[in-house]
Amino acid sequence: MARIVGALATSHIPAIGGAIARGLQKEPYWKRFFDGFDRPREWLAREKPDVVAVFYNDHGLNFFLDKMPTFAVGAAAQYRNDDEGWGIPTLPPFKGVPELSWAIIDHLIANDFDIVTCQEMLVDHAFTVPLKLFWPDGDAPAAVPICINTVQFPLPSAKRCWAMGRAVGEAIAGWDRDLKVVTIGSGGLSHQLEGQRAGFINKPFDLKFLDTMADDPEWATQFSVLELVEKTGTQGVELINWLAARAAASPGPMRKVTQTYHIPISNTAAATLVLEPA
Amino acid sequence: MAGSQAIFGTTPFDGTVAMRGYALNRMCFSFNSAENRETFRADEEAYMRAYGLDEAQAEAIRKRDVLGLLAAGGNVYYLAKFAGILGLDVQDLGAAQTGLTKEAFKARLVAQNDQPETL
Repeated sequence: MARIVGALATSHIPAIGGAIARGLQKEPYWKRFFDGFDRPREWLAREKPDVVAVFYNDHGLNFFLDKMPTFAVGAAAQYRNDDEGWGIPTLPPFKGVPELSWAIIDHLIANDFDIVTCQEMLVDHAFTVPLKLFWPDGDAPAAVPICINTVQFPLPSAKRCWAMGRAVGEAIAGWDRDLKVVTIGSGGLSHQLEGQRAGFINKPFDLKFLDTMADDPEWATQFSVLELVEKTGTQGVELINWLAARAAASPGPMRKVTQTYHIPISNTAAATLVLEPA
Repeated sequence: MAGSQAIFGTTPFDGTVAMRGYALNRMCFSFNSAENRETFRADEEAYMRAYGLDEAQAEAIRKRDVLGLLAAGGNVYYLAKFAGILGLDVQDLGAAQTGLTKEAFKARLVAQNDQPETL
């Protein structure tokens, strides 16, 4: 049976993709942020996961408001990146693992998560940036993209994202392959791009959230989406991707391998987290 | 949406806003294509007419008025593609929306490090 060996999470700010493309990792503005990936990469080199399930949010590359799924699961052999309109270079395609995609889809729908399935799915920076950060040489494992709507309200609640993540974790654990899987939550932490409140960051909330991820991971599910917007900003609400990835890895305590928190990258409180089974 | 007025300087992008802003957002979504970006640059007015923008939306595009674009139903993820055409980043947008200079907006971001570490 497949085995989940860890849960990873990181911010996915587009500027990170730009910095990678321009080779700015050692520049003063970026160094501390990129150096934070040394330990995750050491951990990944040791664990050597075969497959990754990425929980992320599309920002208007694959999905538009004409059809906006709350949850969408990719079921393709390959996922293409493409022009997002503002200048980060398009990356080569990422490998899919359709067999696991369908195992997840079957299990989700059997458990009343009526998701959208996608045999073609463009993946934007929220999917590609974490894979480039954790696997900078482009050798990321085959992936299953799981997209959560954070664009158009109503968004799914934190509690619902946790439950969906749990069901994905059950599907992975029941997948009849002797392979190692990691989950990734993409986005956050606190930031707000639009309105007079642009630039909002909530350091104490972010640090509390990071603290709870190992031992009390359902803490943030007590909040409604609007409460999360108030506490973390309109884009900070992307932490629902972290909750889903964390839930998929384990319902109980996990051990924190490493964590970073850095204000600001672009307009965002940037964070990275690696958890392994307790 | 219930409670949507409760958060300062924030309008959750709900169904009402999404319907109001549909034409504007659809136009900005089209800017994923480099060819469409060029077509827009060549004749902004014709491009806006083709996408059926209303007068408030068209005026906000002409004025590069970020808060006006939001008020007209624009969503930040699609507006970012318009900002890309103008060569603006999210610090430029933040400055424009808060009335700060870009340097002051960036300094305010850095100053968030001074917040307390515990809730």
